[in-house]
Formats: sequence, structure tokens, C-alpha cells
Amino acid sequence: MDYSLHFGAVWASFDKLLSGLAIGLGLAVVAVAIGTLLGLLSAFASVAPYRALRSLAALYVSLVRNLPLLVLVLLAYFALPQTGITLDKYQSFVGALALYSGAYLTEVFRAGLISVPKGVIEAARSIGLTRLQTNVSVVAPIMLRNALPSLGNTFIGMFKDSSIAAAIAVPELTFEARKINVDTFRVIETWTVASGLYIAACVVIAMLLRGLERRFPKF
Amino acid sequence: MQVFLDQLWIARFALWDGFLLTVQIAAASILFGTLLGGIVGIQLSYAPWWLKLPFRLYVDIMRGTPVLVLILAAFYIPSVAGLSLGPTQAGILALSLFAGAHIGELLRGSLQAIPPGQAEAGRSIGLTFPQLLAYVLLPQAARSALPPWINTGVELIKGSSLLSMIGVGELLLKTQEIIGRNFMTIQFYVFAGILYLAINIVLDQLGKAVERRVGQH
Amino acid sequence: MDKQQPLLAIRGLTKRFGTVDVLKGVDLDLDRRDVVSIIGSSGSGKTTLLRCVNLLEEYQGGDIVLDGETIGYRSANGRRHRFGDRELSRQRSMTGMVFQSFNLFPHLTAAGNVMLGLRKVLRLPKAEARAVAETWLTRVGLAARADHYPSQLSGGQQQRVAIARALAMNPKLVLLDEVTSALDPELVQEVLNTVKSIADDGATLLIVTHEMRFARDVSSRVVFMEQGRIVEDGPPEQIFGAPKNQRLAAFLRNTRH
Repeated sequence: MDYSLHFGAVWASFDKLLSGLAIGLGLAVVAVAIGTLLGLLSAFASVAPYRALRSLAALYVSLVRNLPLLVLVLLAYFALPQTGITLDKYQSFVGALALYSGAYLTEVFRAGLISVPKGVIEAARSIGLTRLQTNVSVVAPIMLRNALPSLGNTFIGMFKDSSIAAAIAVPELTFEARKINVDTFRVIETWTVASGLYIAACVVIAMLLRGLERRFPKF
Repeated sequence: MQVFLDQLWIARFALWDGFLLTVQIAAASILFGTLLGGIVGIQLSYAPWWLKLPFRLYVDIMRGTPVLVLILAAFYIPSVAGLSLGPTQAGILALSLFAGAHIGELLRGSLQAIPPGQAEAGRSIGLTFPQLLAYVLLPQAARSALPPWINTGVELIKGSSLLSMIGVGELLLKTQEIIGRNFMTIQFYVFAGILYLAINIVLDQLGKAVERRVGQH
Repeated sequence: MDKQQPLLAIRGLTKRFGTVDVLKGVDLDLDRRDVVSIIGSSGSGKTTLLRCVNLLEEYQGGDIVLDGETIGYRSANGRRHRFGDRELSRQRSMTGMVFQSFNLFPHLTAAGNVMLGLRKVLRLPKAEARAVAETWLTRVGLAARADHYPSQLSGGQQQRVAIARALAMNPKLVLLDEVTSALDPELVQEVLNTVKSIADDGATLLIVTHEMRFARDVSSRVVFMEQGRIVEDGPPEQIFGAPKNQRLAAFLRNTRH
């Protein structure tokens, strides 16, 4: 094998990789924000006293978790226009990733809900809080704190999955890396740097999350 | 609908081939991934720190890198290294490395959850370390790792769809080729989605059933 | 106030869990400033009775009248209808409950625990709620712990916060459900002393307890329950000194050793 490492060509396009990283992070932040709302709604539905709501939540989780994200993305970008809904590539990807993360977050929040002790809910009811007040002031804060580590892990997972936006030519990190790879043929360097950027971003996010977890009191 | 069914009939062999290849890729990856993950899990649990280090590094790199990046790297890198891997082989390599890290972590978690008294009891009756692993520790760990292991299968079926991006003729690429001919975009993406759901829901339910049984003991 | 009318009147209360009759027609009256202890072996229905009064359990028959108001259900055309969430919540706020396992809100400080009901149910402004909370925390000897989280407090301290949380709502009646059973032995006395002092201040208390000496000390009346019924009801001297009922006598022998 005569291949010697030359990182110069990759460094020349490093700004492209960085802007790609920023786009991936942006996609993940917006998608997970929407997915958090979906997940909260669906998690409360999954423990609701109405069978229809529980079934609906279960159906959502089971359908979306068992489909490849790429299929959802292609459906949103290429198939939706046939029904008259045309989204640009950013909107279709964020929509697909939001739907996808919402299914995972349903399970995260559901586990958080189940972890709230029954006695604590009874204590809130016993001082006269209504069901809604109990959910807002007692159940939700405890659930969110308990769910924080898994919420963070889900976010990291979704950030990595933002690489799939490359399939519809969103210029995020993987797309840019592939372009540099094809343009320069500095194959090993390109993928080492791209992978390194993903790992570095994941490590930084994980550290920020640990910091966040420490700031909130543990129960 | 009739038009769709006609097109589906025309495309039946292509779709079947794609479906079969998807299942084969996932099966091969979970096989290699399990062999690799078995070694990784044992090293991470019991090796001295200097031996543990490279395995830890491997797991963290795999878990910090998107699967698609692994796939693209496995597709492009071997050629410059003088290896010739076809796209399917490159894809299986990437998915196996991903699964190996994943299963390795799973196994580590399960091994470390075994109460230390088990190993002490095994040693006290004179078992060597390989015997201890084979007869006491691995059977217990395998039990609790089984449901998430089945779930790894779901992840691999889903991950195999990414191989369409390096030209592997699995289910999604076949679907895209068919759509390229008849422009029935929604119909064929939905059909492919149903096929993915069919495999994954079976695996998912199997995982849940096993989890219930494991949970009972 | 009408001197004739008891503060709490329970009439013919029945409660079933599935096929098990837990309460088989309980009658009990409490006047203002009464301190009534319920004793009896586990499974006799003591705790369930308390939870019914706090409307945490639904019951099948009978009435609970608190300060002249029938709580939990209204009757119309000979059928019983359980009140809606809002009305039940209002009625629950008239009674305070202290639980065996404290059940403090883990995400709120001691003061936050006391303030939640003041803010959300009584709608006090924040500063005022804080002042009331501090008064009550001082009252239970925890002024210095106001900004501690439950996980930073001992079991005894947590239970005293729970007592402050219940009393700060100014309830007509306070229900105490085996408030020392989950505590380490050395922490029991501080909680019992707190309960004693609120009793001395004139609160109306309905207490489920296994602490016989405490029941004898603090109560104006003691009630013995057995298999879902009240079997004997009288002043502590009678219950502990001259029990009429054979089962009660046996129960007291067994608990005293």
C-alpha cells in the first residue's frame, strides 16, 4: 500500500466541515425540540385513563421506531409533494427527525412518568391540588429531572442521525465530507476528521449535559 | 390501485431480492457483531486497564460516529488501503463494527450486573477463569442481554437501509430504482416501509416476549 | 358554631377492594379539638378509613360529613355521584394528611413543599406564602432547614416538614397515618413531640398509630378497629385500663409483650 497521509487538502476545506457540523446541530436542536413536545403529549397519552389514547400512543411509537429514518426522510421529501404538501429539504428532514425522535422520547418520558412515586402524587392531591395542577407542579418536574439523562442521550443519537440529511443533499457534515472525499481522494484523512468532529461534538454535548444534571438537585 | 398492483407485480422479483438482501445483511452483521461484541464485552469487564484501553477506544469511536459515516468510511477507505471490498461487503463490515461495539457495551453492562458473590462462589469450587465465564457468568449475562440484543437486530435492519447510499441493492435501493421507472413515489416508499415494519415488529415483539420471560425469574 | 354538630361525622361507611370488604359500616364522630387515635392490627381497615376521609379512596356506601358538608359524593334520585376533580380537590384541602412515608415533593425545598398548596390552592402571593411556610417550619423546629431539599433531611425532619405542609393549609382536621412507622427508632420521639404540641395547640386530629404509649398520652379518645368495624370506642383510660372487648384485650396483650 503506498498511501501517505496528507491532511492539507482536508484542512483547506475545514470551514466547510465546521459549517456542516453547525447545520447538523441546528437540525437536531429544532427536531428534538419539536420531538420533545410530541414525546410529552404521547407519553401522557400512553398513561391516560382512556384506552383510545393509549392505543394511539402505542401505535405511533411502534410504527415510527420500527421504520428506518431514511425511509421517513425520503417519504417527507419525495412523496409528500404528491399529496400537495411541498417542503424544502431542511423542513422535510426536520419534520422526519422530529417525528422519529418523538417516538423515542415517548418512551423516555413514559419511563420518567412511571418513576414518579404514587405517594408523592397522593400528597399533592391531599393538599387540594387538582389533577392538572398535580401534573404541572409535581409530576412534570420530577419526570423531567428523572428523564434528563435519557433525554440527553436521545439528543446525541438524533445529532448523529442528522448525518442522514446528506441523503437529500443537506450540506451538513457528512455531505461535506463526502464531497471533499470525492474531490480530493484524501479518503482516510477526510473520514478521520469527519468522525473526529462528530465524536468531539458528542463529547462536548455529553459534558454540557452532565453539567446540567449537576445543577439540578438529585432526588 | 390497480395500476399500483400491476407495477408491484412487475417489480416483484426486484423487491424480493432487495428484501432478501436486507435480511441477509442484517443477519451477517449481527453474527459478526455478536462474535466481536462477545470479545469486547469480556475484555471491558475483566481485562487489566492497558488491555481494556484499546477496546474502550474502539467502543467510544463507534458510538460517537454516525452509522452513515462508518458506512461511507468502510466503502471508501479499503480501496486506498489496497483491499477490494464490494459495496455489500463494505456495508456488512461497517454494520458489524457498529454492532460489535453496541453488543460489547450491552454484555459489559450485563456482566457487571452479576453479583460478585457468583464469581466468588465459582472460584471457591475451583473453576478456572474460562470455566467460570462459560458456566457461571456468560449464561447469566446472556439472559439479561438477550432482549436488547434482539433490539440490536431492529437497529441493523434499519441501518441496512443506509447501504442504499453506497449502491447496495437492498430493499430501499430497489424501491428507489422502481420509483425511478414508474414515479409511484408514495406507493412504493410506503410499501417498502410496510416490509421494514413487518420484519421489525416481529423482532420487537419477540424482544418484548423474551423480556417478559426473563423478567419473571 | 353549632355546638351540637360534630366536626366530622362518618355514618355507615363501607369500602370494598375487589371482593374484599375492608370497611363494613363504620360510624365515627369527632368534635372540634378532639384527638382520636385509631388502633388495631394491620388489615383492620384503619389506614383505609383515613384515606376515605381524605377522598384518596372511593367508597361504596355511607356518608362522610365534614363541618356540615357531605364530602366525596352527592346523592340525586337515590344514586350516588362522585364529585368532579375540582370539587374533590377543594374538599381535600379542608383536611390535611400526613403519610407514613412522608411523600415530600423531592424537587422542592422544605419551604417549597409547604408553599405549593398555599400558592396553588389558597392562591396566596409568593411573599405571604413564604412567610406562612417559615412560620410553620419554625413551629416544627426546622426554620434553619427551610431551603434544604428532602434528600438533605433526615427521616424525622422530612416527616416534620410533611406535618408543616399539612398544617399550613389551615385544615379543619388533620389525618396522621402511622407517621412514625417508617422512621428509625431514635427519630420517632421528635416527630411524636411535634404531633403532641400541635394537639396541645387545639388542632383536631385523627391518628392511626402503633405507638400505644403515645396514643394513651395524646388522645382524648381511642378507637379500636377490627376487621373493618369499630369494636370499642372510649377514653384512653378505659381502652387501655379496662378494655371491655376480648379482642381488644388480646390485642393489647400482644402489643405490650
